[in-house]
Amino acid sequence: MGKTIAEKILSNKSGQNAYANDIVVADVDFRMGQDGTSPLAIRAFEAMNGERVYNPESAAFVIDHSAPSPLEGVSALHSLMRQFSKENNMILYDIGEGVCHQLLPEKGHVGPGSLVIGADSHTCTYGALNAFATGVGSTDLAAALISGKMWFKVPETIKFVCHGTLPAGVYSKDLILYLISQVTADGATYMAAEYTGEAIQALSVEARFTISNMAIEMGAKVGLMEADDKVMEWVRAHSNHKFEAVSPDPDAEYAAIKEYDVSQLDPYIAKPHRVDNGVPVGEVAGTPIQQAVLGTCTNGRLEDLTIAARILKGRKVHPDVRFIVAPASRQVYLDAMETGVLKTLVEAGAAVVTPGCGPCVGTHNGIPSDGENVISTANRNFKGRMANNKAFIYLASPATVAASAVKGEITDPREFI
Amino acid sequence: MELRGRAHCFGDDVNTDYIISGKYKFKTLDMKELAKHVMEDLDPDFARRVQPGDFVVAGRNFGCGSSREQAPLALLNAGVGAVLAQSFARIFYRNAINTGLPVVICDTSLIESGDELLVDLEKGLLQNLTKGIEVPIKPLPSVMLKILSDGGLAEHFRKYGTFHLE
Repeated sequence: MGKTIAEKILSNKSGQNAYANDIVVADVDFRMGQDGTSPLAIRAFEAMNGERVYNPESAAFVIDHSAPSPLEGVSALHSLMRQFSKENNMILYDIGEGVCHQLLPEKGHVGPGSLVIGADSHTCTYGALNAFATGVGSTDLAAALISGKMWFKVPETIKFVCHGTLPAGVYSKDLILYLISQVTADGATYMAAEYTGEAIQALSVEARFTISNMAIEMGAKVGLMEADDKVMEWVRAHSNHKFEAVSPDPDAEYAAIKEYDVSQLDPYIAKPHRVDNGVPVGEVAGTPIQQAVLGTCTNGRLEDLTIAARILKGRKVHPDVRFIVAPASRQVYLDAMETGVLKTLVEAGAAVVTPGCGPCVGTHNGIPSDGENVISTANRNFKGRMANNKAFIYLASPATVAASAVKGEITDPREFI
Repeated sequence: MELRGRAHCFGDDVNTDYIISGKYKFKTLDMKELAKHVMEDLDPDFARRVQPGDFVVAGRNFGCGSSREQAPLALLNAGVGAVLAQSFARIFYRNAINTGLPVVICDTSLIESGDELLVDLEKGLLQNLTKGIEVPIKPLPSVMLKILSDGGLAEHFRKYGTFHLE
């Protein structure tokens, strides 16, 4: 019987002939924790009587969620991470390096066919590179740091086939917000998502990360794609590792196959306070906004900043709007400086903050006030997500965020292109 | 394992930001401190009202969102004896078992806040003592039962030094 991508990778890494619903213990290729989860993992490591980190060259801590530290308590947790990673010869990406989910692919740690766990729910991002990458908690991370292994229930797979061509002004963010609105926040719980079809193949690798990143927002364990020539080229440019791409068999069994034609898709917005509360931009156009955020592991890459800059070139951000930009990594920051994109954004009125997660997760760098509306390229709009439960968060593409920042209200970006 | 307590009902898709907000969880490893803010954005009085052993009862997809293990830990430290829901998001489900918070999948539609509940994990049965109703519980996968019966994943590793799930 044929296998899905998830079944193949978990079979390869466990040495078992595994199919959906089997339990396997598998060798993990890379392990990651960030500053919201690693301190607890260190405590769990100690509680487990862990002595050393197995293969520390394939384990990283990333300080990105509160970077640089806004509080004394956070500083102590960061110190704990620095000390532990040093003692164990682990990789440490300290403040300013960037968001974990940008760094792991960019630094070449993950690629096709690899098995990755991260103590962060958006670890599914690397599925765009054909990696079985999934979020776990701190105790699971500690177990994997000690043993190099993790247990998994092999997931069933839902295949999403996206036909057609995305219209101008409509991006991968719009596509994934639309898909989530269709399947809902728990439509793929415990399952693997495989994204395929010509609309996916037409996307750049950077745009594909946005889709895999948000697989968790439909409950999925992983958001997998095949590794085509674009992926292999991207991976060769970022890594010296030998990776082996994995394709699904033609006779693989799927829990469901969902087909969509995206040729008529509008820019999409997820309204507060649910990610699956998606509507075409027209339904909320004109809603006033007080803050616009461009960045995060979903949409903080060079391509995202460039799309926003194209709209902002020669324009100014509306006087009633704070426009916060967080490049996803130091490399993205440098590239955006070199191409002039950063200059355009700053000239338009952007406040650029350290590469990191702050503006998405409410730790610092732009907490909204009571009753304010925020439009953001992030992946979550839960009540209180940005540290104020009386604020309203709308999720959108970089183009929609840029257009809305200019007009001071939610705006269809096609007005500007 | 028999658990008894009163129900506190919530709806569908209770995410981990609602269980414990990011604005608190990044600051400290003091779970008693975090427990003061548990469920705050949904029910600001919950942390004050909850009694040791009480149950959080919810609809579908409890614990969706981030991977923060502070979510089950804050519930445990607030005194919550178990979470009962129609379904759970997978990372929360794993984290709960790993940290020793019982999670029960069952039909919660007839439970109301204040109902007195008795859960028998071995028998796989929930008794609603207030309403006189019995509801079956979906059994845990054997791997998870093994981890829970060892007292969580940390204790499991302390005992075996690695995964020992046969």
